[in-house]
Order: sequence, then C-alpha cells, then structure tokens
Amino acid sequence: MSTASQTGAATPQRRLRQNRSKRVLPGFGLSLGISLLFISLILLLPLTGLVMEVSAMSFNEFWFVVTDPRVVASYKVTVLAALAASAFNGAFGLLLAWVLVRYEFPGKRLIDAMVDLPFALPTAVAGITLATLFAANGWYGQWLSKVGIEIAFTPVGIVVAMAFTSLPFVVRTVQPVLEELAPEDEEAAVSLGASDGHVFRRVIFPALWPALLTGVALSFTRSLGEFGAVIFIAGNMPYVSEVTSLMIFIRLQEFDYAAASAIASVVLLVSLVMLFAITLWQARHLKRIEGR
Amino acid sequence: MTITVNGINKRFGKYQALNNVSLDIPEGKLTALLGPSGSGKTTLLRIIAGLESADSGRINFAGQDVTGLHVRDRNIGFVFQHYALFRHMSVAQNIAFGLESLPRKQRPSRAEIHKRVTELLEMIQLPHLAKRYPAQLSGGQKQRVALARAIATRPQILLLDEPFGALDAKVRKDLRRWLRNLHDEFHFTSIFVTHDQEEALELSDQVVVMSQGNVEQVNEPTELYARPDSRFVFDFLGQVNVLPGEVQRGRLSQGKAWVTVPGSRHQGSAQLYLRPHEVRLANEPGQYAHLPLRIESVSLIGSEVRIELSPVGWQSNSPDNIWEVGISHAEFNQQRPARGDLRYAVPEVGHLFNDNDSQPTTINWAEAASAPLVRLIN
Repeated sequence: MSTASQTGAATPQRRLRQNRSKRVLPGFGLSLGISLLFISLILLLPLTGLVMEVSAMSFNEFWFVVTDPRVVASYKVTVLAALAASAFNGAFGLLLAWVLVRYEFPGKRLIDAMVDLPFALPTAVAGITLATLFAANGWYGQWLSKVGIEIAFTPVGIVVAMAFTSLPFVVRTVQPVLEELAPEDEEAAVSLGASDGHVFRRVIFPALWPALLTGVALSFTRSLGEFGAVIFIAGNMPYVSEVTSLMIFIRLQEFDYAAASAIASVVLLVSLVMLFAITLWQARHLKRIEGR
Repeated sequence: MTITVNGINKRFGKYQALNNVSLDIPEGKLTALLGPSGSGKTTLLRIIAGLESADSGRINFAGQDVTGLHVRDRNIGFVFQHYALFRHMSVAQNIAFGLESLPRKQRPSRAEIHKRVTELLEMIQLPHLAKRYPAQLSGGQKQRVALARAIATRPQILLLDEPFGALDAKVRKDLRRWLRNLHDEFHFTSIFVTHDQEEALELSDQVVVMSQGNVEQVNEPTELYARPDSRFVFDFLGQVNVLPGEVQRGRLSQGKAWVTVPGSRHQGSAQLYLRPHEVRLANEPGQYAHLPLRIESVSLIGSEVRIELSPVGWQSNSPDNIWEVGISHAEFNQQRPARGDLRYAVPEVGHLFNDNDSQPTTINWAEAASAPLVRLIN
C-alpha cells in the first residue's frame, strides 16, 4: 500500500508541474488572486452589507416597504422610462455606430470621441444641462412648448436623461462587431441577387443582433439606476415622475437605512437577473455560431 | 455566355491595378487567371463580377454591355477564397439564400426551394450536413457549400476567387477534380483566379497569365507551357534553368560554360532558358555544349528523380544559383548519380532571349544535329 501510494504520488505531481510550465505567461495564480480580492472589496463586500441591512428586516416589513404605492409607482415610471430610453438608444446607437464604421467624413474622429462624453460628464451636470435646454424658456423647450410638447419636469424628461447617459453602451458594443463584419459576406449576398434591405435583414442584422441586445440591456440596467441626471429634469412629482433611485434617496434622508436597502435590493435583483439572462442567451448563441 | 473584356483600366490611388486589359473568355470553358500577387487578377475578376467598378473600359456578357449593371442583376455565381458563408445560417439556409432573394414574382415556392436545396446537397455529397452551421464544417466542406450556394440560382457564369487557396494539399486536389467534373456537367462559363501554376495548367481550358496589371499571354495550358511568349511567363510557369552570357559567332559563353546557338545572328548578351526536362546529364561534355555542374542533392520522391546541381566555373541567375534536372527512375538506377559528382548538362531544346527581344528563339539541338539547316521555332 505504502509503495503504491509513493509511486502514485510522484506522477500526478510531475503532471502538475508539466501543466504549469505549458502556460505562456506566468502568474496565473497571482493575477487571479488580485482580481478576486478587488472584486470582493469593490463589489461583493458592499453588496453583502446591503443584504445584511435587508436581512435585519422581517419579510412583512420588507414587503411593506417595497410594495408601498408610491414606490410601486416609481418602479413603473423607472421601468417604462428605461425601456423607452434603451429602445431609443438601440435604434439611434445602431445608426451612430453604422455611420462611424461605414462612412468617411470630416469630423468623424471628433464624433467618435464625443460618443463617450455622457460617461465622462458628471451625471448631475448632464441633468442640469438637459433641464436648462428643455425648460419652457430653454433653447429646445421654447420651440417645443410652442407645439405643445413639454419635456422638462415630466416622465418624458426622465427618458431624455436616461437615453443621454446610456447611449455609449449601445454604440461601443455594436461598433467593434460592425467593424469586424467581413465585407465578403455582404458581397456574397449581393452577388446572389439580394436587395439592400434583404442583405441588411438577413446578413448584417443577425450578425449584429447579439451585440445590439447586450448594448441595449446594459443601457437598460444603467437607466434603472440613473439618479444624478434624472432628478434635475424629472420634476419629481410623487406617483408621476419619481424614479426608484430617488425613493432610495428619500428613505436615506429619513435615516430609514433598512427601507432604502430594501428598495435598492429590488433594483439590484432585477439588474442582476437581466444581465445573467443576457449572458446565458449570448453564450448559447455564440456556441452555435462558433461551433464550440 | 461569352465574356468580353474591353480596355479595362483600374487605379487604386497611385497604383495602376489594371492597365488597358482586353480579353475574350470563350463560352462554356474554364479559364484561369494566373499571376503573382499584385498582378491584378483578383481585381479583374471582381470587375467582371461587378463587385468593383473599372475606371474605364467595358464588360460584355454574350454581346450585351453589362458595364453599368449592378452585381445583383448580372446573374453570376461568385465563390470567395474564404467561403463567405453566412455564419448564423445552417448549410441548407445558406444554399437557399439566393433562391429566397429572388423578387417575389420569380421566387419559387417553399417546396420547390426545398427540393432544389436537397438536390444541391446531394450534388455536393453533403446531404447529412444540411442542418449544421458553417463553423462545424471543414474547409473543403465549406467551399463545396459555397459552390452549391453560388449555383443554386443557375447562373451561366461562375467566378471563383482563389477557390482552393485556403485548403490543404490533399483536399485541394480532390476539390479541383470535383470542380472540373461539375464544370463539364453544367457547362458554365467559368473564370477562376489562382497564383498556383500547377492548378491553372491542370484545371483550365485556357490560361490568362497576368503580371503588373497586364495580360502577358493567353493560351491553352499545353501550348503555354511549351511556348512561353516572355521571360515572365517562362519564369512563372515552373522551374527554369538559366545560362546568362555573351553571344559571339554562334556561341553563348560565360566563364567555363558555353553552348552553341545555331541560327542566332544576334551578338551580345543573351540568356538561355531551359526546362528541367529539356536537359540531359552526361559524364562527358556534348558536342554543342560545355556546362559543368556539381550535384548538390538528389530527391527520389515523385514520378521523377529530381537532381539539383550547382554550376562549376560559371554562374546561373536562376534562384539560389541552382539548376534542376529531372531524370527517370530507370536512368537513375543505371547511372547512380550521387552528391558531389561532376556532370555535364546536355541541352536538347532551349529558348534564347536576346537582350532587346521580348520573345525567345527556340533552339533544338537534336534536330540541328540531324539537319544541316537550323530550324527556328518561334
């Protein structure tokens, strides 16, 4: 028994060492360790704190807080506005990415750089700017109010703010995929007699679709949590134009940390479920296309 | 459907890709566009297809001017080097694409499309892979699917851009034979682009040799090999042994090497081009030539024994200063040449390029020996 285990122990160890030396770049252990540490510090620990705060409540208390009519109204406003904003971004972001990849024109680099502006700009600045522009006496607002359209301080204003802050997600996910599309695919389709519309629907769009969906989903989840840009333009009327993140803020100002965490956990859960669903769907899709 | 190419010019920036190219592609024949990279062969194919537009010149299909016609209206089948299959569609969907793209009035019914796809799948011998996706196929299978897709709408013209370029040698050979059979069965007018001279000579009915945007020579494969019009075609088609030197009083010489050049009235520098099969090896110099060479290597693989030799006391300007001679295995067994042995090359047929002529003078020493008069073959 002892001899058997000795000879048996020697081989797996050697095999392990061989495996290790096969890696081209060293430091897998170290780099993974550091990554995990920082993910824990930055993401998991605060999330755990949130869950701890919530778990101090009983289920009835929790349910009471998260189903408060004013809060429920805010869910509705937030989700609908986020849907509208991400749908708009899906269409406009695709167009913008298309123009940036397919055409050469003066100022292309400048526009390409400006796409990232919503990320670079503090959201509060964006909110104030948008509110000033769309207010009844603002540059856009004065013309829109003449035709009877009010944007600032209505739910439509929320959509505008959300769309503004999350546009880069769609452009930046679609752009690289569009750049990598082989021109031969389109040429093959055209040589087979397909019309331009047919080529777009059957060849280009299916290739872009996963990236577009990811971009829209990211845009949607970002919009769900948008606070800074939204509160300045929303008007924040209870039951009409209050977003969920504002409800969290109000609970915090009332020093009701548990209630704030409870509402936050709902937002978090929805975002997580969505992102996971998208990731899973995409993995399945890629598996088929790449034949893995 | 004959294809006529008339005075095509194409520039990419400062680079002249095609220089006043005119060509006739006969109906029902398989034509190869052969040339090194940068010779303009792919550009020409793409202009014929309509994927690229020429700066000037015209393209006719069966006498009809199609220069201004969009690709989708030219009714051609085009096959790409890297297949260009639609990754998100199954094999069957890929093949059906052209039929489904037809305008509603001409589009066959769903059942007819299905029938045609099944038929094509059987033709490419892949009916069991109908539901697979391109990523799950091998290179050879992908290219067959691409071919089936290209001919699904029954085009009369089939254009192939380096169709076997991305495949390994064995698959390439199978697919080549298969394409030839396909062509003979359906009688397309086909043009394929290749930089592989063996592929061009083996597969095609007519070869168009191109270089730097110009057509160098157009001929049947056998004629092309036997009678190259220019140094370029000579160099490009197969191995060639070169003796550069000075011609004086009917003799081309350089260093210790010399060859008589009966019939050439030229004086001054010239190059003699010899194919490996146009040279014999002997232990003694012949009557017409003194070409000492030392054996560098002997390769027994193949139907012929390939012997590489380096000049002794003279220089060749063939690549690496090496001459190549092929002898039969029977000859090899008799003579047993070995590395380091000294041999004398005895040319039988050669092609002499004078410095100011672009076309060679063919010299036949065997015939010159039997007849007092020298026969000149162009």
